[in-house]
Amino acid sequence: MTAAAAPATPDGDAPARARRAGGTILPLLARRLVAGVFTLFAVSIIVFAATQVLPGNAATAVLGQSATPLRVAQLEAQMHLNRPAVAQYASWIGGILHGNPGTSLVANQPVASIVLPRVLASAALVILAAVIGVTIGVVGGVLAASRRSGLIDQSMSLGSLIITAMPEFVVALLLVVLFSTTVFRVLPAVSIISPGHSVLGSPSQLVLPVATLVIVIVPYIFRMMRGAMLEALESDYVEMAQLRGQSVRRVLFVHALPNALAPVIQVIGLTLLYLAGGIVVVEFVFNYRGLGQGLVNAVTTRDIPTIQFLVLLLAAFYVFVNIVTDVLVLLVSPRRRYPR
Amino acid sequence: MTERGWTLGPKALTAPVRPRGGGRGGIAAIGRQALRTRRGAIGLTLVAIVVLFAVVGPFVAPHPPTALTTIPLSGPSGHAWLGGDFLGRDVWSRLLAGGWALLLLAVLATVLGVAAGTAIGVTAGLLQGKVDSILMRCVDVGLAFPQIVFALLLVSVAGARPWLVVVAVGISHTPQVARVVRAATLDVSEQDYVKVAESNGVSRWRIMMFEIVPNLVSVLMVELGLRLTFSITLIAGLTFIGFGLRPPAPNWGVMINENRIGLTLNPWGVLAPIALIAILTIGMNLLTDAFASAAIGVDRAGDLTLESSPFAAEAVP
Repeated sequence: MTAAAAPATPDGDAPARARRAGGTILPLLARRLVAGVFTLFAVSIIVFAATQVLPGNAATAVLGQSATPLRVAQLEAQMHLNRPAVAQYASWIGGILHGNPGTSLVANQPVASIVLPRVLASAALVILAAVIGVTIGVVGGVLAASRRSGLIDQSMSLGSLIITAMPEFVVALLLVVLFSTTVFRVLPAVSIISPGHSVLGSPSQLVLPVATLVIVIVPYIFRMMRGAMLEALESDYVEMAQLRGQSVRRVLFVHALPNALAPVIQVIGLTLLYLAGGIVVVEFVFNYRGLGQGLVNAVTTRDIPTIQFLVLLLAAFYVFVNIVTDVLVLLVSPRRRYPR
Repeated sequence: MTERGWTLGPKALTAPVRPRGGGRGGIAAIGRQALRTRRGAIGLTLVAIVVLFAVVGPFVAPHPPTALTTIPLSGPSGHAWLGGDFLGRDVWSRLLAGGWALLLLAVLATVLGVAAGTAIGVTAGLLQGKVDSILMRCVDVGLAFPQIVFALLLVSVAGARPWLVVVAVGISHTPQVARVVRAATLDVSEQDYVKVAESNGVSRWRIMMFEIVPNLVSVLMVELGLRLTFSITLIAGLTFIGFGLRPPAPNWGVMINENRIGLTLNPWGVLAPIALIAILTIGMNLLTDAFASAAIGVDRAGDLTLESSPFAAEAVP
């Protein structure tokens, strides 16, 4: 039943093709990876080119108009601005591929050593928010779909319609007002973690940022999940199962849910994609020392090597999540591998 | 799909519920139907309140928005209805004067993004073949940036300027709009009336202008509504983190950030602009939702089909 044993006719009958599933996934994965690498290559060119169109000179933009000519010349040499653009790009991308994304202009340290602790801090935030948010959203969506127009459905649908529209910082600041300043005063409004310490050592700092992200992503997951389950529940096989007299729970979890598995994976993927951008504002609000706050700081101080690397890193995360999601979706739903 | 949120699948929106055509009469009918629903009426009311506030506000503000008129972070009083901000300026006056810039920038960015995305999407969907695959590869590259990160990248290049914020947010919408419009164009061009026109020898240009684009109107209206909501969120967010409009100009995003330090003394400096932004975006969302439901003709609002996911359109390359 392996790919090698299967006949290599390009247009065999559908069941035979389905049996070669393992064989069709690998070339697909390879194509996706190649496309992903090309996308990242294009992204790196855009990121690099963006800093080249600076009006005037990047060095003066960084140092300000009052910089001495000597300092400008030093910085130009440090940033290799006196070389042609293609050579600059080549040494930049070459450095990144060798694990050396340059030196921060502000902190005068390697960019990598600034970014690494922030990656871990953001990862903690994103993973916690995704796990909690996906759980609440998926369970809520399934329950709402199973009792359409019931209490859960009505309240969560209305709540999601209102919350989806609210910008992250609105949710974040409302939580701050509620829990750290005026009403309750039980949680820290901003995180105060000294550099070198992990956030995981002080979980109370994580509560409000994670809560903000969870509140912001749950409505989306809920609506997507509810839609997917309703679609599955309206299908012929579910009707058939009901007609055969199977219990509601069995119909819901054995017949409908597995067919809504692909949407669950897509929802998780989309949630992670959203979080890659969502952390920027939320980390800023709570002064949480992650990638998002790092990016805002770098843009404020015009720390170009750090900006370039952070943007590239977030884009790489994006492309990676897209590829993994696509491949997983195709693995759990063989039907989708073949276009109609 | 950087932002939270979704569109109803383009398939649902372009499937002709009306017997034929579309065009202006169709869109007006959909609009009326949307406003007759509770959701649509509430949405329109909320949006109208905030727009009125922002447009009339600058003319009725009791104090100049940048004048120091009261004690910093003092609470509400007869002199300053919502108290003073962190420098002692009148929160109520700044609130009245600080909305129009946000609205204007958001509308401009949305129009720019939807126009560019529509041009790319219709071109790719109609010409297909090589043009399509080249355009869509570019769109994929654009989609690899979270929207706010892309906007920050552009802003970091040339500094925070209003026109740059419009361009950055507009461009960040473009790939997403292009994708939706392309899918919708492909759907419409498979409809019978397009095939009839083709077999009658109608020119490609006429088919595009008179058969396809009019039938994209409901898709575009929904996109405009969604993108406007996202633009408001993005621009308010950019301003809030310090890269939109510069202080001392009164602006809701700026106000929220600068008055955060006095949250315990005078929360109105933060809460009032937050409330206005929230009312505006919630209203826009309800309105868009009502319009989308009316356009499909069935009340399935709240259902999200998989077509709306960015992945569904390309399950297989």
